[in-house]
Amino acid sequence: MKHVAIVDYGMGNLFSVKHAAVAAGMRAEVTTDADVVTNADAVILPGVGAYRDAMDTLREQGMVDVLKKAANEKSFMGICLGMQLLMTESLEFGRHEGLGVIPGSVVKFNEPKNESGRTLKIPQVGWNTALKPMNGMNSWEGTPLEGIGDSPFMYFVHSFHVAPDSPESVLAVTRYGEVEFPSALCYNDSLFAFQFHPERSGPKGIAIYKTFSNFI
Amino acid sequence: MAHYPRIIARLDIKGPNLVKGIHLEGLRVLGKPEKFAKYYYEEGADELIYMDVVASLYGRNSLTEIIEKTSREIFIPLCVGGGLRTLEDIRSVLNAGADKVSMNTAVINDPDFISRASNKFGSSTIVVSIEAIKKSDGTYEAYTENGREKTGVDVFDWAKKVAELGAGEIVLTAIHQEGTGNGFDVDLVKRIAESVPIPVIASGGAGKVEDVNEVMTEGAADAVALASLLHYECIQNEQEDDDYSDEGNVEYLRSRRTFASIRPARIQDIKQSLREVSIDCRV
Repeated sequence: MKHVAIVDYGMGNLFSVKHAAVAAGMRAEVTTDADVVTNADAVILPGVGAYRDAMDTLREQGMVDVLKKAANEKSFMGICLGMQLLMTESLEFGRHEGLGVIPGSVVKFNEPKNESGRTLKIPQVGWNTALKPMNGMNSWEGTPLEGIGDSPFMYFVHSFHVAPDSPESVLAVTRYGEVEFPSALCYNDSLFAFQFHPERSGPKGIAIYKTFSNFI
Repeated sequence: MAHYPRIIARLDIKGPNLVKGIHLEGLRVLGKPEKFAKYYYEEGADELIYMDVVASLYGRNSLTEIIEKTSREIFIPLCVGGGLRTLEDIRSVLNAGADKVSMNTAVINDPDFISRASNKFGSSTIVVSIEAIKKSDGTYEAYTENGREKTGVDVFDWAKKVAELGAGEIVLTAIHQEGTGNGFDVDLVKRIAESVPIPVIASGGAGKVEDVNEVMTEGAADAVALASLLHYECIQNEQEDDDYSDEGNVEYLRSRRTFASIRPARIQDIKQSLREVSIDCRV
């Protein structure tokens, strides 16, 4: 059974991430220990909360270099804030350095409006679709998004989104009103990052965990 | 319409059982909440709400075990309410596997608690439950303790205030309609939904599929929380006779009757009906 380390830096609903990983057939361990991350077959970096607090905690845990190495060398999944932490920097209430694995930044929603011009609510809370990007990866084969249809509904809770320097890493986009943002990234073939929460996105979300598990 | 409206299954819980009453009174046992929750998950519910309907009265919260069991096998957002009074109470249900919490009594007594909780856990985690009763002069008053206790607070003023204080969503229950199957209080929902910048979940009164269409179109609701409409359909499908504990009135359950003014519906039927009036839902 594949051993996946779920990084606990004191934020978010780790219980649901763990049980999704278990439902997908993995041996899941929630951990604050950098050695566990180093020795695991795969790593999940979850999280909901403030960017700066998250980076501060990861530094205190001695987790930063370990995560950078793991993100480049083994199967790795970043979810929500965990996706954003993989970027170079975030502009969430100031400018904060991230893990710097994927070149690019994290930015606030640029006043999303619907078709009738009404400004949409931020954070985006609820279900929305992940779509294949016009620029970027045009196939989901060989990624955790394979086999769940062309525009699967996923569950989102966020006020910021990633803006990678290169469109080549964009695996999926999502439209919130008239704003289109990258909702999934793929980097180095084994690093996947999602703005949505697969562990809260029903059977299709669990399918993402299962496919990820098959790649480990 | 901001985006895809949600169909939420609302499970009122007393002790270990799913219960249902009328105007949140005269509670009858319908079965095990985990079983209903699993059924709704498989049927395509977008979210679940668990309300511990007696916790607030006794100052206790017995939900933790049920939350843990649920979140092991159900992978959609779970909102939990009932008797939560402190940041520590909130932390304990989140740790058990809930994604959001809903509060009424605690925040009516201390409105600034909304800000403290949303600063701590994020505004999208903090849902305020408003129990509204329409009075004979046409005004609406907020109640607590499942519509038992008056507060003297005007519902429209209160809704604006909770949004300003940082609540992420409002669950708006029209107690005077609740459990009756007579339809939502569409006028109430519309006035609240149009006066606040946060999502409003309409609850109380749905008796048929068309009621949901109406509150989404006329009422501008962002989501609906459905109980009787779904529960009676689930009961009709459930064949096993479980051993229910002594808690509560189980005669009703044994009789397998449904309530006369409710036309039970499946979640997929409700979503299909919404699509027919051009409201797109998650499939």
